[in-house]
Amino acid sequence: MPLATIDSAAKRGISAVQDYAQLSGRAVGNLFRKPFYGSDIFLQADLIGVGSLPIVVLTGFFLGGALAMQSASTLTQFGATAFTGQLVSFSMIKEIGPVVTALMVSGRNASGMASELGSMIVTEQIDAMRALGTDPLKKLVMPRIVATVVMLFFLTIVSDAVGILGGGLVSVFMLGQDGSQYFHNAYQSLMYPDILQGLIKPLFFGFILASIGCFYGMRTRGGTQGVGRSTTQAVVVSSVLIIASDFVVIRLMLDLFGR
Amino acid sequence: MAAPGAFEPTPPPQAGLPLAPSTQAEPVVVFEDVSIGFGPEPLLQGISFTIRRGETRILLGPAGVGKSVLLKLVNGLLRPTAGRIFVFGQEVSAMSEDNLFEVRRSIGTVFQEGALFDSLTVRDNVGYRLIEEHVPDDEIEARVTEALRFVELAHTLDKFPSELSGGMRRRVAIARAIVSNPQLLLYDSPTAGLDPITSTTIIELVMKQRDVSHTTSLVVTHRLQDAFVLATHHFSRVKNDMEPLPPGQLDPHTSFLMLHQGRLVFDGTTEQLVRSDDPFIREYLR
Repeated sequence: MPLATIDSAAKRGISAVQDYAQLSGRAVGNLFRKPFYGSDIFLQADLIGVGSLPIVVLTGFFLGGALAMQSASTLTQFGATAFTGQLVSFSMIKEIGPVVTALMVSGRNASGMASELGSMIVTEQIDAMRALGTDPLKKLVMPRIVATVVMLFFLTIVSDAVGILGGGLVSVFMLGQDGSQYFHNAYQSLMYPDILQGLIKPLFFGFILASIGCFYGMRTRGGTQGVGRSTTQAVVVSSVLIIASDFVVIRLMLDLFGR
Repeated sequence: MAAPGAFEPTPPPQAGLPLAPSTQAEPVVVFEDVSIGFGPEPLLQGISFTIRRGETRILLGPAGVGKSVLLKLVNGLLRPTAGRIFVFGQEVSAMSEDNLFEVRRSIGTVFQEGALFDSLTVRDNVGYRLIEEHVPDDEIEARVTEALRFVELAHTLDKFPSELSGGMRRRVAIARAIVSNPQLLLYDSPTAGLDPITSTTIIELVMKQRDVSHTTSLVVTHRLQDAFVLATHHFSRVKNDMEPLPPGQLDPHTSFLMLHQGRLVFDGTTEQLVRSDDPFIREYLR
């Protein structure tokens, strides 16, 4: 590859990171500046949070069930099937619940944000909004980020609960385990750092998926093809960043709490 | 070029009375040696002109010459790479985005394709700025209806932009631009892609706004026919229709700018334009 190509690719990459940091910074800063678009936050919370509830409940339930079946088949080899509940709750709350919920919401909403804002860019609606004296970062980006961070937090709790319930139903009705033993183990083995880790992650993931969705939407170029490209990029980049940041948060939590 | 003075809003003159000669009116838009480019080559270079209060300037030029870009420079949607731009006496080329939002509230912009918010009804599109400014609902309703009556689309209040024709969308965009009584109107090719009859309707609205409200305007177009209709006709409030000016008369407040190859090649009156010896202008007018 010629040096000039590497050079321009590196510049484009750095410029994109800078643009992303600026957009995120201004969007967060807008939280504390007037006018405050409270009704837009509620509208987005409804679209993003309530709208994502069915897929989060379904994926959480089946993941919990699948986890219970997989765990039980392995634990049977060691005569430790009684620990199925512990394994399911640990996995759901610390790892699978937050990550899978974020990925599902990202697939549904980061793409939605990118395509919606991208379409507004290519039809000059964003320019029209600016020309009418409204800051699109305040009116469109900030409410989406705030709504996603708040709603992903609650969606993750719902996913964790439904996942543990799904695991419990599988353990009792398919694997013939004792229900009270499953739920007792699931509850007793959890400690505060585990819960904390499970609740901190969605805050990071929510911010990543909403800001990336809005970022790719706001930098859309090139008509309908550009909108499609932005949508794909938003989902791919937010998914990769969610998993990468999961790794960083785990490392951080292990250093802080030792588990 | 005279330095732009501080902007002091003045009430528009009464309808029917002649405006003060445009050379005495204060400048509303001033371009000083403005250049902009999106690549190694500049798109616009060394552009300087002034639009005074009450004037309608028609910006002509072939497609792709940078007319829309120049319009976006006026309201700060784009920033020049060199030069200074003053609007209402404030240097918009050196303003932060937050301060620009304040300036833009006094400017109405009609975009090329209308740029209506497709998820909002006509009522919410036209009243968008008023809703953002928390104007009482009753007043919004009254002003939106008045603006839609001006463009003769009062019956479309609850429709969505997708339910309107191209010409109707353009008229709603004009209603949205004038609803807050802006002191400067920017029209970006308001008749582009429309049939001749609809184009005439749109030009009549531009003329009506010019002759009834005396709003300072910059009209971008590549259609000579529209430009000369604006220069040779006036809007009659009695007939509620446009009519030609008496033979030999031209609208004194309408003048022309012309771009060619990134440079301003003409800045003058209709008469000066048609008598120009510049080969490009002669070719363009032919």
